[in-house]
Amino acid sequence: MKYLLSLAARSAWNRKLTLGLTVMSIALSVALLIGVERVRQDAQDSFAQSVSGTDLVVGARTSPVQLMLYAVFHIGDATNNIHWQTYQDIAVNPLVAWTIPVSMGDSHHGFPVVGTTMDYFEHFHYGESVPLTFSSGKPFASLFDAVIGAEVADHLGYHIGDKITLSHGMGDIGLTEHADKPFTVTGVLARTGTPVDRTVHVSLEAIEAIHLDWQGGAKIPGFSIPAQYASKFNLIPKEVTAILVGLKNRAGVFKMQRVVNEYHAEPLLAVLPGVALDQLWQVVSVAERALLAVSGMVVVVGLCGLIAVILASLNERRRELAILRSVGARPLDIFLLLSAEGLFITVIGMLFGMALLSALTATFAPIIQSHYGLMITPRFVSYDELGLLGMVMGVSLLASLAPGYGAYRLSLADGLTPRI
Amino acid sequence: MANSVIRLENLAFRYPNADNVCLDIQELHADAGDRIFIYGPSGSGKSTLLGLLGGVLTPERGTISLLGHELTSISPSARDRLRADHIGFVFQQFNLIPYLSVTDNVLLSCRFSARRHSRALASGNTLHDEAARLLDHLDIAPELRHRPVTQLSVGQQQRVAVARALIGRPEIVIADEPTSALDAERQSAFLDLLSRECIDADSTLLFVSHDRRLASGFNREIALPSLNRAETTQEFA
Repeated sequence: MKYLLSLAARSAWNRKLTLGLTVMSIALSVALLIGVERVRQDAQDSFAQSVSGTDLVVGARTSPVQLMLYAVFHIGDATNNIHWQTYQDIAVNPLVAWTIPVSMGDSHHGFPVVGTTMDYFEHFHYGESVPLTFSSGKPFASLFDAVIGAEVADHLGYHIGDKITLSHGMGDIGLTEHADKPFTVTGVLARTGTPVDRTVHVSLEAIEAIHLDWQGGAKIPGFSIPAQYASKFNLIPKEVTAILVGLKNRAGVFKMQRVVNEYHAEPLLAVLPGVALDQLWQVVSVAERALLAVSGMVVVVGLCGLIAVILASLNERRRELAILRSVGARPLDIFLLLSAEGLFITVIGMLFGMALLSALTATFAPIIQSHYGLMITPRFVSYDELGLLGMVMGVSLLASLAPGYGAYRLSLADGLTPRI
Repeated sequence: MANSVIRLENLAFRYPNADNVCLDIQELHADAGDRIFIYGPSGSGKSTLLGLLGGVLTPERGTISLLGHELTSISPSARDRLRADHIGFVFQQFNLIPYLSVTDNVLLSCRFSARRHSRALASGNTLHDEAARLLDHLDIAPELRHRPVTQLSVGQQQRVAVARALIGRPEIVIADEPTSALDAERQSAFLDLLSRECIDADSTLLFVSHDRRLASGFNREIALPSLNRAETTQEFA
């Protein structure tokens, strides 16, 4: 058996050019499969950690997924806002340690604008409870200050001190500008790989200020309040869009959730971010599973190529098989010899594929991180990936039985004297 | 009977799906130490006879006994074992595995047979010593031993094949047209060498050829066309 394996290896080495190409195609397909699995895993991880440390997300009554979409990912619009009084009631609840109010509805070149308070920079955590840090500058201090996420800064080339104007509504074109009240960039946040990177942060009061001379979603014609007078008005917001809530004790989360959901003055919804993120991921995961399935099929195509190459070589190897038979090889030995070859090449292809993937990950992880905010952690083979590799081995084992069986039949028919 | 190395009796063989019997032999036997020339032109059932003796084909009726073992009453894998242990084969051409060195080709016989492995060890210190000794006898220069066999001439390749057939001193050596790729001068030198080595190894030699001129050095000659009672019009070579 050991000799057969060494024979299979030496036979394969003898045809290294043809088989080398096959090894390449298997290596590439395995690298693709495991690469997709890694990106999928990392995307899910960074997605699940878009917000951490927050115990409840509170908004007007809607579906949990939609609440998460607009409160955390700033995608879509809120069905309704929450009254300021409601926010204050929640903030003073004895179970509550801190709150981050967020107010949405404006944008800047397609990036969402979030009105919030200083609590945001103190309490908003992502990943494994990582707080936000500034790559330059500081939080907003005066009324028309703005703090921008890393991607906003990179994409639009902004630096501290740049003037920006906000647009009313979401999107990039056909929006009315709040041109009369420009903001100054006072801080740029370090990259997080979360929606924070794509967000422009201003104070709640600023949101209030730019809408002083607006009514019903449009500027009041012929009426304008210049920026320098805005601070003279009462800028306490009347409404916020959502609230991120941190509790003094996590054990109180269901009690607090019930308090919010049964709030008497207006219909509210409180969701546990982890649960809602999981639900949201279920929606997204159809695409990633399709991607994984496609790369699985690429592996199958690679294995088919391998089997075709081995089967094609059988005819030229009839003499070789007859010699092995004459020195005493059993038909079963011939079967094992040819099956081992396919398996052997798959193993080499997988090793090359994993090496290739490691090299690619090491080279491109920083670029991917800075361009897509997706953190690809270089790592050894994970448990899930071992499962995938095991499946590749299993399929290749099954597929390798074909040339094994072909050679078996051939050597039975040929005996000691192949008819060539 | 005690000395009988090969004995065929009342043998008939038919290929699957074939209408006619292609080999029908009343009786054939070889004793220990015999050197038999079997004259077999194309289509006389030569390959079929070799397949039957090697145990890769099974007869429709009759008996084949090798060294007292009845081939028709043992399992296919036992026949494979018997072939590995007791028979060395030399074929017409392309006898060697292209991706193995000269020495590894010679040692191939010992890889599939524990008996020949231990017999080779008994006559040399190591397997490599024994392979080297045989290759020396067969005029293969030492520097060729670790070359790939594809760099050898046809005559050298055939001599390496003889070394492989003889290593571990099997009781039977079957040579199937081993000289057909050699020119006339080398043919007789090769035959002398083969005979001498078989005598050295105490092996019974069965030499099959379509060329009757080669029969002179053997102590028995059998003509397959007169031995085979089947109508053999088909080409099975």
